[in-house]
Amino acid sequence: MEIFGIPSALLGSQLLIGLINGSFYAILSLGLAIIFGLLNIINFSHGAMYMLGAFVAWIGLTYFEVGYWTSLLLAPVLVGLLGVVLERTMLKQLYKLDHLYGLLLTFGLALIIEGIFRDQFGVSGEGYAVPDALTGLIPLGFMNLPLYRGWVVIAALTVCFGTWYMIEKTKLGAYLRAGTENPQIVQALGINVPMLITFTYGFGVALAAFAGVLAAPVFQVNPLMGSNLIIVVFAVVVIGGMGSIMGSIVTGLGLGLIEGITKVIYPEASSIVVFAIMILVLLVRPAGLFGKS
Amino acid sequence: MNTTTNNDKNMRLVFGVLFLLGLVAPFVVYPTFLMKILCFGLFASAFNLLLGFVGLLSFGHAAFLGAAGYVCGLLVRDSGLSPELGILGGTLAAGFLGWVFGKLAIRRSGIYFAMITLALAQMVFFIVQQAPMTGGEDGLQGVPRGNLFGFIDLDDNMSMYYLVYAIFCAGFFVIYRTIHSPFGQILKAIRENQPRAISLGYDVDKFKLFAFVISAALSGLAGATKTLVFQLASLSDVHWHMSGEVVLMTLLGGLGTIFGPLVGAATIVTLQNELADKVGSWVTVIMGVIFVLCVLVFRRGIVGEIQALIRRSGIN
Repeated sequence: MEIFGIPSALLGSQLLIGLINGSFYAILSLGLAIIFGLLNIINFSHGAMYMLGAFVAWIGLTYFEVGYWTSLLLAPVLVGLLGVVLERTMLKQLYKLDHLYGLLLTFGLALIIEGIFRDQFGVSGEGYAVPDALTGLIPLGFMNLPLYRGWVVIAALTVCFGTWYMIEKTKLGAYLRAGTENPQIVQALGINVPMLITFTYGFGVALAAFAGVLAAPVFQVNPLMGSNLIIVVFAVVVIGGMGSIMGSIVTGLGLGLIEGITKVIYPEASSIVVFAIMILVLLVRPAGLFGKS
Repeated sequence: MNTTTNNDKNMRLVFGVLFLLGLVAPFVVYPTFLMKILCFGLFASAFNLLLGFVGLLSFGHAAFLGAAGYVCGLLVRDSGLSPELGILGGTLAAGFLGWVFGKLAIRRSGIYFAMITLALAQMVFFIVQQAPMTGGEDGLQGVPRGNLFGFIDLDDNMSMYYLVYAIFCAGFFVIYRTIHSPFGQILKAIRENQPRAISLGYDVDKFKLFAFVISAALSGLAGATKTLVFQLASLSDVHWHMSGEVVLMTLLGGLGTIFGPLVGAATIVTLQNELADKVGSWVTVIMGVIFVLCVLVFRRGIVGEIQALIRRSGIN
């Protein structure tokens, strides 16, 4: 079967990869947006946290017989705790300074984390087996859907929408949004804003680690997997604007799909298509698709 | 009044001493090493023009350094042009690229500016990596140094050094003059208070763009020269690590100081040279640690700290 002269199985599998990438873009840009909202810094080490998540899963499985499902919970908790420590000891000192220092500090942290893992594990990457419960294919007629890939999309989207629900519909989310608008007044109302900030940073990087565990069986577990991804995510953030949670999700998924389609039609352009779209958006709508002002 | 003339005198003295040092340095220190420092010193100074004096953080300056290196290499190696035309071509190409980057990135400010320049530079990286004539992962190898103006053989390391030194001094002079011109005053005004500069009637975006193009072109000048020195344009020059490195050099040396970026570049290049054999891939970790320390406890940088010390002792 063919669609526009392209074998449907090829198109289908590339769209699926696009959707997976898109859901990673969504989770990561979501985390960046939440952190930026409250801390006013762009977390350059977000990619490194994603990579750490994947490595926690891999190390757990290889050395400690910790299975996939445990890792899916454990990695975000551990990386989130690391985030809490980093926020308490370092980031905290920068809130009164120019936003750019936060970017520079987290860039340095990313270099440190990546450098350590590159020294330990090289750059060739490690494989991570798909968990037993999720192996196999689901025949869809026009293509066979690998069960695990379907799971990644569902799990990632569930987390995205869960986060959206938490921020938009719960009391904690209301504090968070209020803190983003005006931290002084929220503090005056008796809410522990520094604690809220620490929690937010921990939660943001935990999201990245969760994506990392999901990614481990699909892509190779590689020390550089995060830094290659994070720059694309920055472009995604510029395209979507950081003002809206739902905007981050929609932009991330959409760009992942477009990237997947490009891989089929014109593979050479697939690595730059997101950047090209960013240029277009900057020309037409500089504030970003969902940005204010 | 008296202090300013004193300062001017001191500054002139510092410049004179440094200039002479640069002239005799290749008789004491290995010239290729010095040339590397000068190329990165010019690169970091050009970067500092933007971050230190306009307050714009570009995280994509590797694109200008690298692209100019490739353009220069292709012009000299494949089109058979003379080295001076190769350098000129690389510089112009970087200036044009800077104009494009600037036009796009200036539409957003602050943190977005950094992300946009980073993304655009990554795009340049992918294009360079995939283009048929750039040699992919191997880079552009075997670029001949050629004869400057047709009669100065640049294969002689000493001739090459003085060419690099002349280029560095010229580039440094351009930056110095830019900072100390009325134009530079307006740039500083934009850095300090952009709304105020707008209300005074300055077309802020135009000034930013012009500063961006100068910075990009001078980064390109450094990159093109570097290609001739090492006879190689490599993919690592376009990589985002390089964009981070130039931020680090500037920060370590002293943001917004005249000599800071040069001092920072010399420190980092020396460190990398010394460490490369001893610690291998830990170099990245060490760079990261320096980065974190600079941001947390050493924000004025080396030259900034020295200036603060002098100022304090002057008051007492």
